[in-house]
Amino acid sequence: MGKIERLLSKGARKSWRVFEPLWHFLSKIFGHRAVVVIFSVLIGLFVISLTSWAAYGRAVPVLDPHGLMAFKERDLIFLTVILSAIVVIPVFILLFIVAWRYRSSNTKAKYEPEYGGDIKLELLWWGIPFLIILILGIVTVIATHALDPFKPIDSDVPPVKIQVVSLEWKWLFIYPDDSIASVNVMNIPINTPIDLYITADSPMNTFWIPALAGQIYSMNGMTTQLHIESSDIGTYPGYSTNISGAGYSDMKFDVNVQSKRDYNKWLSKVHTSPLVLSDGYYDDNLSHPKTSEQMLFKLGDSLLFDKIVNKYMNNIDTVSAQNTEGI
Amino acid sequence: MSETVMEMDIIRQERQEVANRKTLGFWIYLMTDVVLFSSLFATFAVLRNAVASGPSGQDLFSMPFVLGETLVLLTSTFTIGMAVVLAKRGFKIAALFNLLLTFGLGVAFLVMELTEFTEFVHEGASWQTSAFLSSFFALVATHGLHVAFGLLWMLGLGIKMIRRWGKETDLGRLALLGTFWHFLDIIWIFIFTFVYMIGVLG
Amino acid sequence: MDWNSIWHFIFGRLTMQAFVHDPIMAGAGIMEIVALVVAIGLVTYLKKWRYLWKNWFTSLDPKKIGIMYFIVAAVMLLRGGIDALMIKAQQSTATADAFLSPDHFQQIFSAHGTIMIFFVAMAMIFAMFNLLVPPQIGSRDVAFPLLNSISFWLFAAGMVIVNAPLIVGEFSNAGWLAYPPLSELQYNPGTGVDYWIWALQIAGIGSLLSGINFFTTILKMRTKGMKMMKMPIFVWSVLGTTSLIMAVFPILTVTLALLALDRTLGTNFFTSYNGGNPMMYVNLIWAWGHPEVYILVLPAFGAFSEIVATFSRKKLFGYTSMVWALIAITFLSFTVWLHHFFTMGAGADVNTVFGIMTMIIAIPTGVKVFNWIFTMYRGRVRFTTPMLWFMGFVVTFAIGGSTGVMLSVPPANFQFHNSLFLVAHFHNMIIGGVLFGVFAAITYWWPKFTGFYLNEKIGRYAFIFWLSGFVLAFAPLYILGFMGAVRRLDHYDPSLGWQGLFIVSGVGVLLIGIGVALQIFQVIVSVLQRKKNPAPADAWDGRTLEWSMSSPPKEYNFAVLPEVTTRDAFWEQKLAMKRHAPEPVKYQDIRLPKPSFIGPLIGGLSMVFGMAVVWHVIWAILVSLVAIIVVLMVRLLRDHDEQVISAAKVEKMEAAL
Repeated sequence: MGKIERLLSKGARKSWRVFEPLWHFLSKIFGHRAVVVIFSVLIGLFVISLTSWAAYGRAVPVLDPHGLMAFKERDLIFLTVILSAIVVIPVFILLFIVAWRYRSSNTKAKYEPEYGGDIKLELLWWGIPFLIILILGIVTVIATHALDPFKPIDSDVPPVKIQVVSLEWKWLFIYPDDSIASVNVMNIPINTPIDLYITADSPMNTFWIPALAGQIYSMNGMTTQLHIESSDIGTYPGYSTNISGAGYSDMKFDVNVQSKRDYNKWLSKVHTSPLVLSDGYYDDNLSHPKTSEQMLFKLGDSLLFDKIVNKYMNNIDTVSAQNTEGI
Repeated sequence: MSETVMEMDIIRQERQEVANRKTLGFWIYLMTDVVLFSSLFATFAVLRNAVASGPSGQDLFSMPFVLGETLVLLTSTFTIGMAVVLAKRGFKIAALFNLLLTFGLGVAFLVMELTEFTEFVHEGASWQTSAFLSSFFALVATHGLHVAFGLLWMLGLGIKMIRRWGKETDLGRLALLGTFWHFLDIIWIFIFTFVYMIGVLG
Repeated sequence: MDWNSIWHFIFGRLTMQAFVHDPIMAGAGIMEIVALVVAIGLVTYLKKWRYLWKNWFTSLDPKKIGIMYFIVAAVMLLRGGIDALMIKAQQSTATADAFLSPDHFQQIFSAHGTIMIFFVAMAMIFAMFNLLVPPQIGSRDVAFPLLNSISFWLFAAGMVIVNAPLIVGEFSNAGWLAYPPLSELQYNPGTGVDYWIWALQIAGIGSLLSGINFFTTILKMRTKGMKMMKMPIFVWSVLGTTSLIMAVFPILTVTLALLALDRTLGTNFFTSYNGGNPMMYVNLIWAWGHPEVYILVLPAFGAFSEIVATFSRKKLFGYTSMVWALIAITFLSFTVWLHHFFTMGAGADVNTVFGIMTMIIAIPTGVKVFNWIFTMYRGRVRFTTPMLWFMGFVVTFAIGGSTGVMLSVPPANFQFHNSLFLVAHFHNMIIGGVLFGVFAAITYWWPKFTGFYLNEKIGRYAFIFWLSGFVLAFAPLYILGFMGAVRRLDHYDPSLGWQGLFIVSGVGVLLIGIGVALQIFQVIVSVLQRKKNPAPADAWDGRTLEWSMSSPPKEYNFAVLPEVTTRDAFWEQKLAMKRHAPEPVKYQDIRLPKPSFIGPLIGGLSMVFGMAVVWHVIWAILVSLVAIIVVLMVRLLRDHDEQVISAAKVEKMEAAL
């Protein structure tokens, strides 16, 4: 161990003196190499645990969701982990047992250089993964249809319709039925299905609220959908996951899930906002490449979303240039 | 003495193997060209209705004209086939004459195609007008480019064979050129069907 | 005729402004120029230009071409790695503009991905093809030697183009795949995306030609008696890989061309206006892109099969099953491309089909792992450095594969797409699979092509740093993915608690950096100690024909082409030699292709063409294009010359062993 000692500083050398006897003891049992491996793994795990603990108390939205869709998606994730583990864990165990037992210094192990095949074993490891994939496949067929982003949520509560536009480099939320709009913040009532219609006036982006639901692309001239519902009051971050230029990292928005009363209070508050989102305001401010703070607007044009989509479908440069008949 | 004969045998065998490899390699290249054209066809299929506010296939394509182009190309495929067969049998003048015909027909085809393109552009239907037109021009012009390269090949090989006739390797090259030309004809049939005919029928 | 229009005619849209960069980019550009000047200066000082030109640049010997691929790949690995360090450093600060502006950051990760895939991984596998395929099938050469040289020089031209932005212009900020509409003129009018397009287009044509070359070589140039089912398994993996290359690189060619047309001639394939459809680009690019990742990993699988069998002193378990697994993976890889964009909204039916196909491909891949383990079973396993890389590979690749299965379920994918979970998954596969395989292959076959061993001890340390660095770098990314962290972010809100994990990940990348430094150190030390560490022809008690060549091999590989009756032909040869004495050898004249300057010429002209298109220099575009056509026409219509090594000379060279 002299080499290691020479490499360490004085302080480290002192702490090494504590570990040295343990190291020697384990080396005698497991062999020098194995001990290096074990210690490296332990140190790695320790470091990772340390930093995970640093993240303790922070949100892990994919594993701790607050929305209908996200709950079901988490269940799927757990299922896939378990199914994969059925194959991966035996692989690890086999790998290390075989590698250890048949190492060349172990002359006690049987040596059969011509042993090159066994139909039974082949059937086993073609067959078991096939069965696992079969199960997962059936689950996939059902789950993919159930969790289709375009599928509305089955509920007695009347949905709230929100139109979403990805811009450079912010998110615009239009509430056409309530005549308000907001930038980088979306308030929704609890236990209510929210029908989101999503388009882009920007390069391709992705609309993602990890705590509530999976993501979907936003694209010019096209409308995608997402249907979400949450049963937990709180504020959840949302992001874009597809790069769209220099301001991409600033495309974070907040989703506030509120009680019905607080949500209605918020609607009234927005109606007193001095800012009006007219077509002119949209063309002169929002459609320019710039990041933004959270903003609240009265909605000046209830057809704003359709006009934005129409820009690309009919080659019109601005929203203001379109009159209602043109759509 | 017998050693030299064996050497010649080996060299001949090696030359044959090299020729076989070249033929296989060229056929494989043609398969990759099929993938290339398939991608262009797929793009055309997806974008064929994206006419924006510009003209569609129905507005632009003239079936009699396209039929003319097709006949020109089909005839040239026949003449190059003749050239290959005649060359293998050693008929120098007849083979080169057929090759010249093929060249002329190929040039005629390209002239017709360029005329069609120029007319479209004058009518306001350029590759910039819509996605449909972009994919039309890309697909048909790529075919045209391949024809142009084939003509260059024909020119170079033809001149070489006029000056020095009968080399085994040149006959091999001519056969591959023939294969290339037939391949381009097949691609044209697909273009004729899926671009022009279906475009006109709407 | 004013100054301005003269300038524009000569230089296109190039201006002096294009040479001005922010300090970090300028520093990198200056380093690049200095490195170039030093290299050129060194060669001039040692008066080695003639030697380099005659023996390396114009050589049609696949062994030389393979080594050139390897050297370029190694240099590019350094550049890609430095990019990775910069990414991690910026992300560890959590603050915008800490030392990289967002635009610069985006150029760096785009360069990182592009360089690592096209100019490191692809180059490494072409190096493996060139060095290993002819000897393993008992041949002296590939089917089309000149095409081989042209392929390498096209690749080199692409490499120059992708590195030029450090000095003049800027690189793409649109990621390694440049999705439109971001990559269209509307959002990206500069030279960045054009550099990306033409570097890949030119290198891609080189790759396609190599695919055709090696496919034909394997089908047509196997030595006498080597039927398909007697080929080494590595050769089977090359057959699968080249089939994929031939089938999908034309798609890349078309896609890049269409994007280039949009950007130069105003077409509307993928624009947002006039009917363009960016979704079409996404489909096309992934129809190429998914098979591409199998192109990268199949040769690694093949290499591991050879390595495990040799170091277990045992034949490969389940050869037939392995071959069928390779064929299955090859076919299935065409059917899964949509799993890269489940979230684009294709609908439940389409998503389901592609999700299931993706899961199915996990089956043959898993089969291979079991077969490798059972090759070790009842063997005598020597844990040399290549075997250590193999152990590291199985562990990392199994985890990466299971995260792949997790990603293959569309609704689960909705929570993972483009998050750091995805980034961790594909680095798991590419580093754990492709890169570990490449490192194992390098260490394993190094003694064959150089005549001396690599230093084992330093190799082990490099492995330990790579493996631990890899775990530390990417395990936090999985956790970050669950925490909702998105990829390609240059800054984020520190209150989210992500920063600690980013820092740990950065430490991991530093450890990997130490691993790379150790590998460089290993090469230097091994070269200096090569007289003390000579390698015999049969350096590891190998099983396949390349081990019967001398170390390093003669130009003609085999003095007499071998005749083969079984799999693991060399192993059988050794057993046979133990039983009876070898027969006297009858030497014959050997004909090999003469060196040719066409390869470097086409490469140089292509580089001019690519740069000319990027900068819109019309006269240069026309001149280089015409020159390429003329050169090719003249050369292809000529019958090529050969050089002959007489039987007497062969006898002398063999005796000198």
